[in-house]
Amino acid sequence: MLEFFPFRKTIPFMSWGKVTTIISLTTFLFSVWALWDRGLNLGVDFTGGTLIEVKTEQAADINRIRSALVKTGLPEISVQNFGSSRDVLIRLPAQAGASAAQTSNAVMAALQADDPKITLQKVDFVGPAVGKELYDSGALALLVVAIGIMLYLAIRFEWRFAVAGMLANLHDIVIILGVFAFFQWEFTLTVLAGVLAILGYSVNESVVVFDRIRENIRKMRGATIPHIIDDAITRTMSRTIITHGSTQIMVLSMLFFGGEALHNFALALTIGIMFGIYSSVLVASPLLLMLGVKREHFIKPVEKKEEAVV
Amino acid sequence: MNRYPLWKYILIGFTLVVAFLYTLPNFFGEVPAVQVSPARATEQADTALLERAETALKTAGLAYSGLELAGNSIKVRLAGTDEQIKAKDVLQTALGDGYTVALNLVSASPHWLASIGSLPMYLGLDLRGGVHFLLEVDMKAALEKAAIRYQGDFRTELRGAKIRYGRITREGAAVVVHFATRDQRDAAIEKLAGTFTDLTYTPVDQADGFSLTARLKPEAIKQVENFALQQNITTLRNRVNELGVAEPVIQQQGANRVVVQLPGVQDTAKAKDILGRTATLEIRMVDEQADPTLVSQGQAPFGDDIVPSREGFPIAVKKDVVLTGDSITDASPGFDSTSGQAAVHINLDGKGARIFKEVTRENVGKRMAILLIEKGRAEAITAPVIREEIGGGRVQITGMANAQEASDVALLLRAGALAAPMQIIEERTVGPSMGAENIKKGFNANIWGFVAVVAFITFYYRIIGLFSSLALAINGFFLIALLSMIQATLTLPGMAAIALTLGMAIDANVLINERIREELRNGATPQAAIHAGYDRAWGTILDSNLTTLIAGIALFWLGSGPVRGFAVVLCLGILTSMFSAVTVSRAMVNLTYGRRARLTKVSI
Repeated sequence: MLEFFPFRKTIPFMSWGKVTTIISLTTFLFSVWALWDRGLNLGVDFTGGTLIEVKTEQAADINRIRSALVKTGLPEISVQNFGSSRDVLIRLPAQAGASAAQTSNAVMAALQADDPKITLQKVDFVGPAVGKELYDSGALALLVVAIGIMLYLAIRFEWRFAVAGMLANLHDIVIILGVFAFFQWEFTLTVLAGVLAILGYSVNESVVVFDRIRENIRKMRGATIPHIIDDAITRTMSRTIITHGSTQIMVLSMLFFGGEALHNFALALTIGIMFGIYSSVLVASPLLLMLGVKREHFIKPVEKKEEAVV
Repeated sequence: MNRYPLWKYILIGFTLVVAFLYTLPNFFGEVPAVQVSPARATEQADTALLERAETALKTAGLAYSGLELAGNSIKVRLAGTDEQIKAKDVLQTALGDGYTVALNLVSASPHWLASIGSLPMYLGLDLRGGVHFLLEVDMKAALEKAAIRYQGDFRTELRGAKIRYGRITREGAAVVVHFATRDQRDAAIEKLAGTFTDLTYTPVDQADGFSLTARLKPEAIKQVENFALQQNITTLRNRVNELGVAEPVIQQQGANRVVVQLPGVQDTAKAKDILGRTATLEIRMVDEQADPTLVSQGQAPFGDDIVPSREGFPIAVKKDVVLTGDSITDASPGFDSTSGQAAVHINLDGKGARIFKEVTRENVGKRMAILLIEKGRAEAITAPVIREEIGGGRVQITGMANAQEASDVALLLRAGALAAPMQIIEERTVGPSMGAENIKKGFNANIWGFVAVVAFITFYYRIIGLFSSLALAINGFFLIALLSMIQATLTLPGMAAIALTLGMAIDANVLINERIREELRNGATPQAAIHAGYDRAWGTILDSNLTTLIAGIALFWLGSGPVRGFAVVLCLGILTSMFSAVTVSRAMVNLTYGRRARLTKVSI
């Protein structure tokens, strides 16, 4: 039997409470600061605007493209390389009015007048109203997923588990968003989808540990609650690392082979998986302890039948 | 203890065969084809059309590998892209303008697969290249247009009932009629309420007179809006047909939006121009009494509008609209049979024909103007003199400079009528080379990730790990089969979701395998350990998958476009993984170990 993680002894995770609380609090506060100070670099999906990707035949001359675009008279055009030297990304802010949809036509006409060999790869035009809607429905989706999972945990386990699991996972989400804000990585619809998938996925981790805790509470009659939790985490440790390792392999494959379109998505998943492991073990379980989980919550007291006294 | 009843093996075998059959078409690739469909949505492609196409191709000596009637179009399969372009030209010439001939790619999978409904996955625009537009219908304008129509109707009605009235004005979507006395106003309300039941009438007493305000009832507003949307969808369909796109999607989204997807369109600028055209048509009478000097100065007489003609000089036309473009059912270019001049032949619907007959009878010798209203500006395309009463709804307009202009006007008349202006509020264009690149990237991400996971799991869990890996591969099969079966749109985020669900699906097997190991460590016999491992892990697997499923469903519900594609695959992937990871891998384990009564060792 090949084992990478032969944990025979129970590891006293719960006694590390102070350290983990400090780590969590620091990263959390850092993320909140990054979000508050820098804000998310929202993509055109949410802000509205136009994003055009073009490919040139030789290495692109950004300055020449810029000056060709000045002739269109469109305001605030940003031009930059991305991926390879032949790929150019052109961004325009959202504009009001019917002519907004024609923006990409004007840009392409100007570029092709300057260099006929330029080819259009991709256009994303999102009207300001649509951007706002996508933003709202994204926020709503986050809320719905959080509430849905909490309800599920509350029904399947107990409300303390639901609260602890959800707080731990929202902590992950805030950290993902914080890192995206700190590095000013572009936050698109696809990244949002990744974040929501992570919310569902990293609750898995808490569920597995919670399942074990519940089982242990029934089995380990004499043990204290912290010991029960430590045992549950230790027994599931190997599975935790192998499972997340496998998912991370897939995500890394996306990061390396998936190209520009999946790059930020894979980044969000990577952060999510890393903090998912940490938070279910070292955030959710201490929270559970703090919320005061007790044996009686799972073992129904035996009802005493009162016999009639004659 | 670790034995499945025979029916379970048969069930698993059956699902595998079905999954294989539905996955198969994805491996055959595509062949070039030409697709012919009727240009007008009301017509049908039939066997007669099939024969005509066959004859045309045979006469031209073009070899093709297949000719079939599929839905409302015929598809001709060809050997290469050169033949494809030649065939397109041949068919377009032979069949004429009534048909749209478009280049397309069709699946190269054998016919018997298609006949059992086994088709390749439906690729989204980000994978096959093309344009996606979201258009919004300006409902305020639609309601204002309805109000303008009522202005004219009120005039006719009140005149007919001999009720004297003053000005008829419009305030937004409300119509206000002014009267000198209260009795006239009350009589008018009674008369109008009897005829136009879709409106509510509010009397208003003012210092300088009496008036009534007519507004559409809420259900009538809904009706007007719905009609405007449907009318615009029809118009868009006609316009898209002009573009010659093989498999366009034109769908209502929400109360006031339309999604248009044009796979494979290269010239997006032209597509946008044609779709975004906001021309509407109106037929109005020319005011023959207007003072020509005033008109040339641009001063409109009371009740008239001044519009420029094609040649540039102004014409005074009455404000009353005789007909709108909605009444035109067809228009085609041609020639006047007597003079040989270029002409446009118009067909009107029943109501339009009746109105037209009446108006032409009363106005012989006078001129009638056809106005094209584009982006708020009106232009008289032509203003012919009415020679005689025109009945039957068949109208011929002459006065066009040449055949080309006649053909342009006919096109505008045919496709031009939008019930309300529309605006493109979202566009997603992906070039064809980028689509192919995205497929390659998504495929590579999946394959390399899969290989790495399988290598790791097999190395770590040995024989049982091999079974887990096989189960994972089968899960991939199931997922692709299911996506092909329900023809869900596969997008690049969808491909990412395949990779993600494969990575997550192995979780179930890891849970089981770790449980088996633990039982073995605690001294259970191999058979008992396998049994307990599968049994105990099931509850956890269900719990952990359901939470991800909740996220997937919420994403599907609230997401749009690419995110939806992601959500669909995520949800389906979770369902298939629960079956393959638990039932299929167990079957393999049972087949290998279950029959040995004295199993002493299990490779895990």
